[in-house]
Amino acid sequence: MIKGTIDKIAGPLVVADGMNEARMYDLVYVSDYGLIGEIIELKGNKASIQVYEETGGLKPGDPVTATGEPLSVELGPGLASAIYDGIQRPLDEIRREAGDWITRGISIRGLDHEKVWEWSPVAEKGLKVEGGEILGEVPETKLITHRVMVPPEVSGEITWVIGAGSYNIDTVVAKVRDMDGETVELRMYHNWPVRKPRPIAEKRAPEEPLITGQRVIDAFFPLGKGGTACVPGPFGSGKTVIQHQLAKWADAEIVVYVGCGERGNEMTDVLQEFPELEDPKSGEPLILRTILVANTSNMPVAAREASVYTGITIGEYFRDMGYSVALMADSTSRWAEAMREMSGRLEEMPGEEGYPAYLGTRIAEFYERAGNVICRGGDRNGALTVVGAVSPAGGDLSDPVVQATLRVVKVFWSLQARLAYARHFPAIGWLDSYSLYTDNLKEYYDETLGENWVAMMKEAIALLQLEANLLEIARLVGAESLSPEDQLILYTARSLREDFLHQNAFHDVDTYASIVKQKIMMEVIMHTHGEMRKAIRGGVSPRELFDLPLKEEITRMRYIPEKDLASIEAIMEDVTSQINDVIESEQTA
Amino acid sequence: MIREYTTTIEISGPLMLVDRVEGVAYEELVEIQLPDGEIRHGKVLEVDSRMALVQLFEGSSGTDISKSKVRFLGKQVELGVSEEMLGRVFDGQGRPRAPFDTAPPVVPEKMENINGAPINPYARDYPAEFIQTGFSSIDGINTLVRGQKLPVFSGNGLPHSAVAAQIARQAKVLGEGESFAVVFAAMGITFEEADYFIRDFRKTGAMDRAVVFMNLADDPAIERISTPRMALTAAEYLAYEKDMHILVILTDMTNYCDALREISAARKEVPGRRGYPGYLYTDLSSIYERAGRIKGRKGSITQIPILTMPEDDKTHPIPDLTGYITEGQLILNRELHKKGIFPPMDVMESLSRLKDKGIGKGKTREDHADLFNQLMAAYSAGKDARELAVILGAAALSELDQKYLKFADEYEKRYISQGEHENRNINETLDLGWDLLKLLPRSEMKRIDPRRLDKYWPVGGKDTRDSGEEDG
Repeated sequence: MIKGTIDKIAGPLVVADGMNEARMYDLVYVSDYGLIGEIIELKGNKASIQVYEETGGLKPGDPVTATGEPLSVELGPGLASAIYDGIQRPLDEIRREAGDWITRGISIRGLDHEKVWEWSPVAEKGLKVEGGEILGEVPETKLITHRVMVPPEVSGEITWVIGAGSYNIDTVVAKVRDMDGETVELRMYHNWPVRKPRPIAEKRAPEEPLITGQRVIDAFFPLGKGGTACVPGPFGSGKTVIQHQLAKWADAEIVVYVGCGERGNEMTDVLQEFPELEDPKSGEPLILRTILVANTSNMPVAAREASVYTGITIGEYFRDMGYSVALMADSTSRWAEAMREMSGRLEEMPGEEGYPAYLGTRIAEFYERAGNVICRGGDRNGALTVVGAVSPAGGDLSDPVVQATLRVVKVFWSLQARLAYARHFPAIGWLDSYSLYTDNLKEYYDETLGENWVAMMKEAIALLQLEANLLEIARLVGAESLSPEDQLILYTARSLREDFLHQNAFHDVDTYASIVKQKIMMEVIMHTHGEMRKAIRGGVSPRELFDLPLKEEITRMRYIPEKDLASIEAIMEDVTSQINDVIESEQTA
Repeated sequence: MIREYTTTIEISGPLMLVDRVEGVAYEELVEIQLPDGEIRHGKVLEVDSRMALVQLFEGSSGTDISKSKVRFLGKQVELGVSEEMLGRVFDGQGRPRAPFDTAPPVVPEKMENINGAPINPYARDYPAEFIQTGFSSIDGINTLVRGQKLPVFSGNGLPHSAVAAQIARQAKVLGEGESFAVVFAAMGITFEEADYFIRDFRKTGAMDRAVVFMNLADDPAIERISTPRMALTAAEYLAYEKDMHILVILTDMTNYCDALREISAARKEVPGRRGYPGYLYTDLSSIYERAGRIKGRKGSITQIPILTMPEDDKTHPIPDLTGYITEGQLILNRELHKKGIFPPMDVMESLSRLKDKGIGKGKTREDHADLFNQLMAAYSAGKDARELAVILGAAALSELDQKYLKFADEYEKRYISQGEHENRNINETLDLGWDLLKLLPRSEMKRIDPRRLDKYWPVGGKDTRDSGEEDG
């Protein structure tokens, strides 16, 4: 314990004297309130501390205690369905203790140390283990079996394991004799510093897509499990709705949702909705696989900076168990702004738009913690996928946070105000967005969906690209003067946009489309395109084709439930026969 | 413990640097006594073991280095709250504001720190109850719900004051026995505007259930930083301790942000966009996020902040950051204003994010959502037709397009537009929507559930509009 005194207070920054033995990023307690803070700069015997709570009323001379430990989170059973603030204090416990408002100096541990769990041992006495080896299992929720692991820095030989039974997380469940012959007692939980990535055995390129049930994403701009994506867009373009949709429907086993500097009511929405929503696979409430980290915009700014690290550390922990984890961070701009604020108070030389010069590095380090990995201590495969929302000032993509993010992420979903005004949701622009995983994932698609899927996608994207060019011309000369085949391209592109890409997040059925349904829908649209093209080449006038009743059937596809997919397939035959009828009547006429 | 110093070493803009202080707390309230006996107020903005930087609420004119006495009061900026505040007019620091209010100060029931504390997201309740403002363009299209923060984005010369005054006058929640009050905070508005509000409130009786905080254009700019916080502290007291539903109107947030920029510049901080401080987002959210509802408490706080967009530019940092925090926005449109439409509400660009849970059966009426979608689609088609008419001439439009064009004109004239004293209830608004849709062919009603269409617009028969009976 290093004890110092406050020298200066400026907003969330406190400078303390007498701290010459403290280390960077050590956790400190400030004043008699016991406010939690973190050392972010050392100069001589002065330490600059970012304080995670309100600093009003602090005085120079108030005591400061450095714990000698970095800011850490508790990792163990009890994480699933929890809601935490930026430094892993459970918000429900805070409410119980402090009431409806968050007051200062509340100290509550991240995990419930009293609750007992049904432990069943996996490792046995005599086993040589390294960090990550599974000691035992605990059914945490109906959806998650919590695999209790040897902490990353421990290795040696197991000398004792507790038998099956009900224990709380403080119970010693195993003992390991390490290299030096010392006995280490292991419990069901351990601490891990948030700013330090958890070690892995090996990292690989993503091989499987994260299926989200959102057609524009899965079909056009897929995200690999273990990959990274960013969603930038102006306000009102639907960033949060997309993040919520991913949190609800993505086929990850664990979802960590970090609400970083966003609206309080949005977190309430998640909190009230997730216990009601069913996981499409298991039918259990989604909250059972979800961990929420909520640091709303009016909560202390420094804790906002910590919240993304808290979230990703929890994500890494579940990844180490061999789960596929998806982390949503909404919004990383607020995290960057928190960095900017602290940097300004430290009087650092600013980079672009006042952001610190190390903004790009921090962002890159954060996204680099994602990955498709082989876990340590056993033959397990885990993945941590990261999706970050970015809120650029004025919706301008030249914003430093957007640019720094685009340099590292592999998927870019470009949200466009123009689409949002036209009520086209999700407002992901099909011309600017990209995914660099399409090639990695081709093998997976070929196996699961058949070889024509990727080709069909490319053709669809090409049609939309052609549409953009043709619309320019049509604006000058009128759509009627385009060649019949060009008119068909406009027709099909419109169908792709309205019947496939557009998706209603608030409709019971349309909110989620399985990849199989997506494929059938796409086949119907592209099949119609092919048949019509044949007809047009045979001399049929496009106008006769465009008003066929098949149009309405195609519009209705998205509302057909998953169990009725055969009726979408039936549309295909309808399309053929309707078009053939036109061709025949043309020939007889 | 009160400590007094005469050790000021620097005064610059609204800031004062006091040397050789001891035991001064961050954010502590400060009193400055000028040589002529006048008392000014301020708060500690930064403090170290030697010096304190003090921000002066009333500005620094007349202060001097050698004779001004600086007293640190050992507490933070507080507001004395009580139910007696209803019907009163205060200045930016919570004192009765002459000439609008000449009564003696309110005897406080308790003192509250004006910064408040963040509501635990776990304690929040999701806003879902409809507030009737009496404006069709809000109630029907961009519905306001209890606990929401919905700003008005306006421009110079647009009638946002009249809109705000009318909302304050007319707003009510459906249902009996709910007590409702308005807390009004004016920041940097002119005497004329302020006078307009007060007179309007008095004339219509709204004043009895209003608390007004007023910082006028010629009042100290720095006081504007505390004005909205004072107002919200009063609102929180009335809402959460006295079970009232509070509508908070903050006008004009642009002046508030400019005051913040002034302090930031005086502190020589690194400026962000357009010279506003990098923490503008955080600062604004500490105001806007004080709207809401809390589980287990009856009252609620709904906020309507008003801001004028410089050059009508929505990407200016103030509207931009506001839009990122608030739950939608109501945008006033200059073109509509020039056409003589009041309120000149741009319904296409406006948005109420929380609308969906506040409308429908049991809240407004079962047909509300369908009707909203159909009206939006029709108005959008009508606007397209209008553009086309400009290029091709109205005569070249198809019969259907001409109907849509007519619809758009009528929609603006009859639905969006309404009198300054016209208070439409929700049924009137919804019925008006149906009347207007009847300018179009019935077959165009693609967004309306066929069963509802049959009920509200039966084929051939006379319509059976009613006050929202359930359908079978």
